Amino acid sequence: MSLASVLGAVFNLNHSAHVVEWHFIQLSVANIVVIALMIVVFALAIVLPFPGAARRRGESS
Amino acid sequence: MSATQTPLPSWTGRVREAAVGALPPEKLLPDSQPTYVASWIYVFGVAGIASLVVIIASGCVLALKGPAWWHYTGVGHFFNSIHLWAVELFFFAMVVHLWGKYWMAAWRGGRARVWITGAVIFLVAVPTALTGYVSQQNFDAQWISTQAKDGLNSVGVGAFFNVTNFGQMYSYHVLLLPAAVVALVVAHVLLVRRHGVVPPFALEDRTASSEVASAERGSARAVGEVPSSPTNRAPS
Repeated sequence: MSLASVLGAVFNLNHSAHVVEWHFIQLSVANIVVIALMIVVFALAIVLPFPGAARRRGESS
Repeated sequence: MSATQTPLPSWTGRVREAAVGALPPEKLLPDSQPTYVASWIYVFGVAGIASLVVIIASGCVLALKGPAWWHYTGVGHFFNSIHLWAVELFFFAMVVHLWGKYWMAAWRGGRARVWITGAVIFLVAVPTALTGYVSQQNFDAQWISTQAKDGLNSVGVGAFFNVTNFGQMYSYHVLLLPAAVVALVVAHVLLVRRHGVVPPFALEDRTASSEVASAERGSARAVGEVPSSPTNRAPS
Protein backbone atom coordinates (compact mmCIF):
# COMPACT_ATOMS: atom_id res chain seq x y z
CA MET A 1 0.00 0.00 0.00
CA SER A 2 1.51 3.33 -1.00
CA LEU A 3 1.92 6.28 1.34
CA ALA A 4 -0.53 8.27 -0.78
CA SER A 5 -3.26 5.68 -0.36
CA VAL A 6 -2.62 5.49 3.41
CA LEU A 7 -2.88 9.26 3.74
CA GLY A 8 -5.87 9.22 1.41
CA ALA A 9 -7.61 6.89 3.84
CA VAL A 10 -7.04 9.42 6.65
CA PHE A 11 -7.87 12.53 4.65
CA ASN A 12 -10.57 11.93 2.06
CA LEU A 13 -9.77 14.47 -0.65
CA ASN A 14 -12.19 13.09 -3.21
CA HIS A 15 -14.60 15.98 -2.94
CA SER A 16 -14.71 19.73 -3.40
CA ALA A 17 -13.14 21.81 -0.64
CA HIS A 18 -15.09 22.51 2.52
CA VAL A 19 -15.60 26.25 2.88
CA VAL A 20 -16.77 28.55 5.64
CA GLU A 21 -18.95 31.45 4.50
CA TRP A 22 -19.81 34.58 6.43
CA HIS A 23 -21.44 37.33 4.38
CA PHE A 24 -18.98 38.07 1.57
CA ILE A 25 -16.08 36.29 3.31
CA GLN A 26 -15.43 32.80 2.02
CA LEU A 27 -12.53 30.76 3.39
CA SER A 28 -11.65 27.15 2.76
CA VAL A 29 -11.23 25.02 5.87
CA ALA A 30 -7.68 24.23 4.73
CA ASN A 31 -6.82 27.95 4.69
CA ILE A 32 -8.44 28.48 8.09
CA VAL A 33 -6.32 25.65 9.50
CA VAL A 34 -3.16 27.26 8.08
CA ILE A 35 -4.10 30.68 9.51
CA ALA A 36 -4.80 29.13 12.93
CA LEU A 37 -1.47 27.30 12.78
CA MET A 38 0.35 30.56 11.97
CA ILE A 39 -1.26 32.26 14.98
CA VAL A 40 -0.29 29.34 17.26
CA VAL A 41 3.28 29.27 15.95
CA PHE A 42 3.54 33.05 16.30
CA ALA A 43 2.40 32.86 19.93
CA LEU A 44 4.88 30.07 20.62
CA ALA A 45 7.67 32.08 18.95
CA ILE A 46 6.97 34.94 21.36
CA VAL A 47 6.51 32.82 24.50
CA LEU A 48 9.11 30.08 24.16
CA PRO A 49 12.64 30.97 25.31
CA PHE A 50 15.29 30.87 22.62
CA PRO A 51 18.01 28.28 23.34
CA GLY A 52 21.08 29.99 24.80
CA ALA A 53 19.44 33.43 25.02
CA ALA A 54 19.72 33.60 28.83
CA ARG A 55 23.38 32.53 28.72
CA ARG A 56 24.15 35.18 26.08
CA ARG A 57 22.45 37.86 28.17
CA GLY A 58 24.46 36.76 31.18
CA GLU A 59 27.69 36.96 29.24
CA SER A 60 26.95 40.42 27.89
CA SER A 61 26.02 41.93 31.29
CA MET B 1 44.91 70.15 -12.78
CA SER B 2 47.42 70.87 -10.03
CA ALA B 3 49.97 68.29 -8.95
CA THR B 4 48.46 68.00 -5.44
CA GLN B 5 44.84 67.50 -6.54
CA THR B 6 43.59 63.95 -6.20
CA PRO B 7 42.30 62.72 -9.52
CA LEU B 8 38.65 61.81 -9.54
CA PRO B 9 38.17 58.05 -9.36
CA SER B 10 36.44 56.22 -12.17
CA TRP B 11 32.77 55.29 -11.82
CA THR B 12 33.82 51.86 -10.58
CA GLY B 13 35.94 53.54 -7.94
CA ARG B 14 33.09 55.81 -6.90
CA VAL B 15 30.71 52.84 -6.69
CA ARG B 16 33.27 50.91 -4.64
CA GLU B 17 33.76 53.81 -2.23
CA ALA B 18 30.03 54.29 -1.83
CA ALA B 19 29.42 50.56 -1.30
CA VAL B 20 32.22 50.11 1.24
CA GLY B 21 31.15 53.34 2.96
CA ALA B 22 27.56 52.15 3.26
CA LEU B 23 28.44 48.58 4.14
CA PRO B 24 31.97 48.12 5.49
CA PRO B 25 33.05 44.44 5.67
CA GLU B 26 32.57 44.22 9.46
CA LYS B 27 28.93 45.31 9.00
CA LEU B 28 28.31 43.14 5.96
CA LEU B 29 29.60 39.99 7.64
CA PRO B 30 29.56 40.61 11.39
CA ASP B 31 31.09 38.14 13.86
CA SER B 32 28.27 38.49 16.39
CA GLN B 33 24.84 39.98 16.88
CA PRO B 34 23.30 41.77 19.90
CA THR B 35 21.74 39.50 22.53
CA TYR B 36 18.19 40.54 21.61
CA VAL B 37 18.64 38.90 18.20
CA ALA B 38 18.41 35.54 20.03
CA SER B 39 14.68 35.26 19.26
CA TRP B 40 12.54 32.79 17.34
CA ILE B 41 11.16 35.63 15.22
CA TYR B 42 14.48 35.84 13.32
CA VAL B 43 14.48 32.08 12.81
CA PHE B 44 11.35 32.55 10.74
CA GLY B 45 13.06 35.24 8.65
CA VAL B 46 15.92 32.85 7.91
CA ALA B 47 13.43 30.01 7.34
CA GLY B 48 11.79 32.19 4.70
CA ILE B 49 15.13 32.65 2.92
CA ALA B 50 15.87 28.91 3.18
CA SER B 51 12.45 28.15 1.69
CA LEU B 52 13.16 30.61 -1.12
CA VAL B 53 16.40 28.77 -1.94
CA VAL B 54 14.45 25.49 -2.22
CA ILE B 55 11.76 27.22 -4.31
CA ILE B 56 14.35 28.59 -6.75
CA ALA B 57 16.24 25.29 -6.98
CA SER B 58 13.12 23.15 -7.54
CA GLY B 59 11.74 25.80 -9.90
CA CYS B 60 14.91 25.62 -11.99
CA VAL B 61 14.42 21.85 -12.38
CA LEU B 62 10.78 22.35 -13.37
CA ALA B 63 11.74 25.11 -15.83
CA LEU B 64 14.43 22.90 -17.39
CA LYS B 65 11.98 20.06 -17.97
CA GLY B 66 9.06 22.19 -19.16
CA PRO B 67 5.62 23.00 -17.76
CA ALA B 68 3.94 19.65 -18.53
CA TRP B 69 6.71 17.30 -17.29
CA TRP B 70 5.38 17.06 -13.76
CA HIS B 71 2.07 15.67 -15.02
CA TYR B 72 3.40 12.42 -16.47
CA THR B 73 6.51 11.48 -14.47
CA GLY B 74 6.93 10.52 -10.84
CA VAL B 75 10.13 12.57 -10.52
CA GLY B 76 8.33 15.54 -12.04
CA HIS B 77 5.50 15.15 -9.56
CA PHE B 78 8.06 14.98 -6.74
CA PHE B 79 9.75 18.24 -7.79
CA ASN B 80 6.39 19.92 -8.26
CA SER B 81 5.42 18.91 -4.71
CA ILE B 82 8.75 20.16 -3.35
CA HIS B 83 8.15 23.45 -5.18
CA LEU B 84 4.58 23.80 -3.84
CA TRP B 85 5.36 22.93 -0.21
CA ALA B 86 8.44 25.17 -0.17
CA VAL B 87 6.13 28.00 -1.25
CA GLU B 88 3.73 27.12 1.59
CA LEU B 89 6.62 27.22 4.06
CA PHE B 90 7.93 30.46 2.54
CA PHE B 91 4.61 32.23 3.11
CA PHE B 92 4.14 30.67 6.55
CA ALA B 93 7.59 31.75 7.76
CA MET B 94 7.31 35.17 6.13
CA VAL B 95 3.93 35.90 7.75
CA VAL B 96 5.13 34.91 11.25
CA HIS B 97 8.28 37.03 10.75
CA LEU B 98 6.19 39.99 9.48
CA TRP B 99 3.79 39.77 12.43
CA GLY B 100 6.69 39.73 14.86
CA LYS B 101 8.42 42.69 13.23
CA TYR B 102 5.15 44.64 13.08
CA TRP B 103 4.59 44.32 16.84
CA MET B 104 8.25 45.20 17.43
CA ALA B 105 7.78 48.37 15.31
CA ALA B 106 10.79 47.36 13.25
CA TRP B 107 10.77 50.65 11.32
CA ARG B 108 12.13 52.54 14.35
CA GLY B 109 15.55 54.20 14.28
CA GLY B 110 15.74 54.97 10.57
CA ARG B 111 14.80 51.43 9.55
CA ALA B 112 11.80 52.37 7.41
CA ARG B 113 13.37 50.90 4.27
CA VAL B 114 14.09 47.62 6.07
CA TRP B 115 10.41 47.32 7.03
CA ILE B 116 9.14 48.47 3.62
CA THR B 117 11.28 46.01 1.66
CA GLY B 118 10.08 43.21 3.96
CA ALA B 119 6.43 44.11 3.48
CA VAL B 120 6.87 44.56 -0.29
CA ILE B 121 8.47 41.09 -0.54
CA PHE B 122 5.18 39.69 0.75
CA LEU B 123 3.16 41.79 -1.70
CA VAL B 124 5.31 40.73 -4.69
CA ALA B 125 5.31 37.09 -3.56
CA VAL B 126 1.51 36.96 -3.86
CA PRO B 127 1.38 37.48 -7.67
CA THR B 128 4.48 35.28 -7.98
CA ALA B 129 2.50 32.44 -6.39
CA LEU B 130 -0.65 33.27 -8.37
CA THR B 131 1.17 33.10 -11.71
CA GLY B 132 2.51 29.71 -10.58
CA TYR B 133 -0.97 28.41 -9.81
CA VAL B 134 -2.25 29.50 -13.24
CA SER B 135 0.75 27.83 -14.95
CA GLN B 136 -0.04 24.33 -13.68
CA GLN B 137 -1.60 23.19 -16.97
CA ASN B 138 -4.58 21.52 -15.28
CA PHE B 139 -8.19 22.20 -14.29
CA ASP B 140 -7.05 23.98 -11.12
CA ALA B 141 -5.12 26.44 -13.28
CA GLN B 142 -8.17 27.00 -15.51
CA TRP B 143 -10.41 27.63 -12.52
CA ILE B 144 -7.94 29.94 -10.75
CA SER B 145 -7.11 31.91 -13.89
CA THR B 146 -10.74 32.56 -14.81
CA GLN B 147 -11.56 33.57 -11.23
CA ALA B 148 -8.47 35.81 -11.15
CA LYS B 149 -9.45 37.31 -14.53
CA ASP B 150 -12.84 38.33 -13.18
CA GLY B 151 -11.30 39.68 -9.98
CA LEU B 152 -8.63 41.70 -11.78
CA ASN B 153 -11.12 43.01 -14.35
CA SER B 154 -13.44 44.11 -11.55
CA VAL B 155 -10.73 46.38 -10.15
CA GLY B 156 -9.77 47.70 -13.59
CA VAL B 157 -6.28 46.26 -14.06
CA GLY B 158 -7.23 43.52 -16.50
CA ALA B 159 -5.99 45.50 -19.50
CA PHE B 160 -2.36 45.30 -18.42
CA PHE B 161 -2.02 41.53 -18.34
CA ASN B 162 -4.10 38.49 -19.13
CA VAL B 163 -4.07 35.76 -16.50
CA THR B 164 -5.60 33.30 -18.97
CA ASN B 165 -2.59 33.76 -21.29
CA PHE B 166 -0.39 30.84 -20.28
CA GLY B 167 2.77 32.06 -22.05
CA GLN B 168 2.57 35.47 -20.43
CA MET B 169 1.87 34.08 -16.96
CA TYR B 170 4.59 31.43 -17.27
CA SER B 171 7.22 34.02 -18.20
CA TYR B 172 6.07 36.24 -15.34
CA HIS B 173 6.34 33.26 -13.01
CA VAL B 174 9.74 31.89 -14.00
CA LEU B 175 11.57 35.18 -14.62
CA LEU B 176 10.12 38.59 -13.87
CA LEU B 177 8.46 38.07 -10.50
CA PRO B 178 11.07 35.69 -8.98
CA ALA B 179 13.78 38.17 -10.02
CA ALA B 180 11.87 40.89 -8.19
CA VAL B 181 11.44 38.72 -5.07
CA VAL B 182 15.13 37.76 -5.00
CA ALA B 183 16.24 41.37 -5.58
CA LEU B 184 13.99 42.54 -2.73
CA VAL B 185 15.25 39.82 -0.39
CA VAL B 186 18.86 40.77 -1.14
CA ALA B 187 18.05 44.45 -0.55
CA HIS B 188 16.24 43.55 2.68
CA VAL B 189 19.17 41.56 4.06
CA LEU B 190 21.70 44.24 3.06
CA LEU B 191 19.54 46.92 4.72
CA VAL B 192 19.35 44.80 7.88
CA ARG B 193 23.15 44.54 7.80
CA ARG B 194 23.52 48.28 7.29
CA HIS B 195 21.06 49.48 9.95
CA GLY B 196 21.32 46.55 12.34
CA VAL B 197 18.46 44.59 13.88
CA VAL B 198 15.97 46.86 15.62
CA PRO B 199 16.53 46.90 19.41
CA PRO B 200 13.62 46.12 21.74
CA PHE B 201 11.63 48.91 23.31
CA ALA B 202 13.60 50.40 26.21
CA LEU B 203 12.55 48.93 29.56
CA GLU B 204 12.63 52.36 31.24
CA ASP B 205 10.02 53.63 28.76
CA ARG B 206 7.64 50.88 29.81
CA THR B 207 8.30 51.30 33.52
CA ALA B 208 8.02 55.07 33.24
CA SER B 209 4.72 54.88 31.37
CA SER B 210 3.34 52.27 33.80
CA GLU B 211 4.41 54.47 36.74
CA VAL B 212 2.63 57.44 35.18
CA ALA B 213 -0.46 55.33 34.57
CA SER B 214 -0.51 53.96 38.12
CA ALA B 215 0.05 57.47 39.53
CA GLU B 216 -2.81 58.76 37.40
CA ARG B 217 -5.04 55.92 38.58
CA GLY B 218 -4.09 56.67 42.18
CA SER B 219 -4.81 60.39 41.89
CA ALA B 220 -8.05 59.68 40.01
CA ARG B 221 -9.19 57.37 42.81
CA ALA B 222 -8.29 60.04 45.35
CA VAL B 223 -10.49 62.70 43.74
CA GLY B 224 -13.09 60.37 42.18
CA GLU B 225 -12.22 61.23 38.57
CA VAL B 226 -12.13 59.00 35.51
CA PRO B 227 -8.51 57.86 35.02
CA SER B 228 -6.75 59.32 32.03
CA SER B 229 -6.41 57.00 29.07
CA PRO B 230 -5.16 57.44 25.53
CA THR B 231 -8.77 57.85 24.41
CA ASN B 232 -9.82 60.51 26.88
CA ARG B 233 -6.51 62.26 27.45
CA ALA B 234 -6.47 65.87 26.27
CA PRO B 235 -4.26 66.51 23.27
CA SER B 236 -0.91 67.93 24.26
